Amino acid sequence: MTELHADQALQEGKAPTFYLEEEHHPEGSTMLGFWLYLMSDCLIFAVLFATHAVVGRNYAAGPSPADLFDLPLVAVNTSMLLFSSITYGFAMLEMEKAKKNTTLVWMAVTALFGIAFVGLELYEFAHMIHEGAGPQRSAFLSSFFTLVGTHGLHVTSGIIWMFVLMAQVAKRGLILENKRRLMCLSMFWHFLDVVWIGVFSFVYLMGVLG
Amino acid sequence: MFSDPDLLKFVFGRLTLEAIPYHEPILVATFIAVVIGGIGLLGLITYYRFWGTLWRDWLTSVDHKKIGIMYVILALVMLLRGFADAIMMRLQQAMAFGGSEGYLPPHHYDQIFTAHGVIMIFFMAMPFVTGLMNFVVPLQIGARDVSFPFLNNFSFWMTTAGAIIIMLSLFVGEFARTGWLAYPPLSGADYSPGVGVDYYIWGLQVAGIGTTLSGINLIATIVKMRAPGMTMMKMPVFTWTSLCTNVLIVATFPVLTATLALLTLDRYVGTNFFTNDLGGDPMMYVNLIWIWGHPEVYILVLPAFGIFSEVVATFCGKRLFGYASMVYATVVITILSYIVWLHHFFTMGSGASVNAFFGITTMIISIPTGAKMFNWLFTMYRGRIRYEVPMLWTVGFMVTFVIGGMTGVLLAVPPADFVLHNSLFLIAHFHNVIIGGVVFGLMAGVVYWFPKASGFRLDPFWGKMSFWFWLTGFYFAFMPLYVLGLMGVTRRVSQFEDPSLQIWFLIAAFGAFLIALGILSMLVQLVVSFIRREELRDTTGDPWDARTLEWSTSSPPPDYNFAFTPVVHDQDSWWDMKKRGASRPLSGFKPIHMPRNTGTGVILGAISVAFAFGMIWYMWWLAGLSFLAMVAIAIGHTFNYDRDFYIPADVVTETEGKRTELLASEV
Repeated sequence: MTELHADQALQEGKAPTFYLEEEHHPEGSTMLGFWLYLMSDCLIFAVLFATHAVVGRNYAAGPSPADLFDLPLVAVNTSMLLFSSITYGFAMLEMEKAKKNTTLVWMAVTALFGIAFVGLELYEFAHMIHEGAGPQRSAFLSSFFTLVGTHGLHVTSGIIWMFVLMAQVAKRGLILENKRRLMCLSMFWHFLDVVWIGVFSFVYLMGVLG
Repeated sequence: MFSDPDLLKFVFGRLTLEAIPYHEPILVATFIAVVIGGIGLLGLITYYRFWGTLWRDWLTSVDHKKIGIMYVILALVMLLRGFADAIMMRLQQAMAFGGSEGYLPPHHYDQIFTAHGVIMIFFMAMPFVTGLMNFVVPLQIGARDVSFPFLNNFSFWMTTAGAIIIMLSLFVGEFARTGWLAYPPLSGADYSPGVGVDYYIWGLQVAGIGTTLSGINLIATIVKMRAPGMTMMKMPVFTWTSLCTNVLIVATFPVLTATLALLTLDRYVGTNFFTNDLGGDPMMYVNLIWIWGHPEVYILVLPAFGIFSEVVATFCGKRLFGYASMVYATVVITILSYIVWLHHFFTMGSGASVNAFFGITTMIISIPTGAKMFNWLFTMYRGRIRYEVPMLWTVGFMVTFVIGGMTGVLLAVPPADFVLHNSLFLIAHFHNVIIGGVVFGLMAGVVYWFPKASGFRLDPFWGKMSFWFWLTGFYFAFMPLYVLGLMGVTRRVSQFEDPSLQIWFLIAAFGAFLIALGILSMLVQLVVSFIRREELRDTTGDPWDARTLEWSTSSPPPDYNFAFTPVVHDQDSWWDMKKRGASRPLSGFKPIHMPRNTGTGVILGAISVAFAFGMIWYMWWLAGLSFLAMVAIAIGHTFNYDRDFYIPADVVTETEGKRTELLASEV
């Protein structure tokens, strides 16, 4: 726009505008910045997936995925996380309608699903370690625990973030800053969902197929 | 109570009195010097009542210019440490012949070469590059700050915290003896049970967080905050190379973080990623670390290329030759740098086809780099060249870097690499490109932008002394290493049998001594320039008759950088404005929206040092408490919504009025 004016001015033999008289408002960078962060996080998962691809079959004469994985349990676990994404979507819809209380309710439901997911995962881990299949047993188990555990740590941070944000929304309402934060958490939460789909197919399903 | 071993173990972990190296005279002397220097510095700060200013205007500042300057100061301090390591190695290798063991026992020597590499790459070159980008990029694109000013402050303090952790290893415990990339299984718990590798890991992890966040910040800044009219193909070349560098940072530092995390698990939890048994695969570490490591060298050298582009155009009084090809070359290098990592270990035995692929991609990188070299040459051709100090560094770079590039292409040939792998030829090659490329570029950048940061130019005499000592010192120090490498001498060796080699090491030590004089000249230059600052004062804001927007504002720029946002019509927008007689608006100033300073970054940085210290020494209570404290403070910070303020219009009017008077007095 400004450039166009300038070129016109130049053609008319006038000096173009070199300084903006009015206040210049660059567009917000938060969403782009958060996307970039998510992509950098995605690379951490990429490394863990690649590691699993390299050493995921190195059982060291120990248990293999078929011996260890309880697919029905993992299916329940997966559904917890997928449901939590849907409920977070509901929270965002309520936020758009500027309804503070229902936003908070859906966030709480999301957090509960998240806690259920982490709880089931911890149960699975405890069970495996109890059976002597801890992360020290073989390279396969090292990478299994690290990849799944890193995802679980992310979900845990997401849950903490959820509670912090709930406190902030409760205190200050759906102001611009809080809406931006809700949007960031939304991206984070759905991102973890996408990563989990990779974990579920690549680690569990393909693992059991052997 | 104090004799209870369990309690002692709980409180101090594996830290005992034995960890303090009081029986090493070199370290004791260093420690005494550091203490005296430290007390002197603290005394001076107290004497000049500088504490308040230091805290309010610097440590807690979210101003990209101040953060940039602090990065560069950190880099210079670490340069001295890294160079001290270098000259100790040169001395040792020059002495340890014919049965003499030199003055450094092998376990000490091994720590020194590891520390030298780690410090020079992570805590000298990286903060230096980040500092210059931080200072220059927002000014070049006509912005008032970066996208996320607090994050910028936090990134700086994480980098500094990493540097402090590495420095602590000098006096408490030991540093890694593994080489700068800490390959397992040597760096695993079995072969390196001490704290050295743990210092390495936690220092790099803490600093790496800062680097990644700073990369995200600068990409967002360049993409979103450019002045109106500055399309991508009108961005200054330094901004372009900064963009590509930060893309590489965000695309590779997470790989380093993840790789080091896996090594951490191997060491702390007993997992088997990189162990020799139970299915571990040490070569996986080597692959992963170089997937980060190769792009890393381009992270360092691309901004240097950007600096040379700015300097050449300015001091030849000409528009840069082949702007578009320069941009495309930068982008091509960015992409190619990701698919060459395996050339660091052709000897892994991955087979002819794989080696051929990586050899060829490596050689292809020399094409865009060569295109850049010709662009600089053609910019100089028929230019009105002014041999100011930045231009000297640029010419020195062009000659030196071409030699380093050619030896690089030589190493890219897999059969040749099988002979030269891990030899001093390799050492000579990468010092050739890193000193000749990165360091010369950073030096050019410092001299070039110093007047913008401080308001006065650097003394040219001592600048030239520094340049000539560095240049000749470089050739004396590293050309002998090429020769030794071709004769088959391997790296990381502290004693030699064959007396006929000694002369080459003596020449190299002489070169290191010349470089020491170069560094000394640079320090003298800083002092002399400060004393003569009134004579060297830059009142115009544009001391070099330069071409890009950072020179359109005063030196040093006001907090808000630009009272009115500039509008860009051309690549060299400031040159365009000067040529077409743009006049600075003198009235109609408005209040300016600015971010508020905060101490959260410093505090988080300090606690992360405590956290790392706890992890390194197995003081679990300390690590746990500091981790909780970090989380609590970070969350607490998000409850503060009052993060900005306005600079009132009359303050802006007053500041700009002073500048108008200054400019008028000049004419």
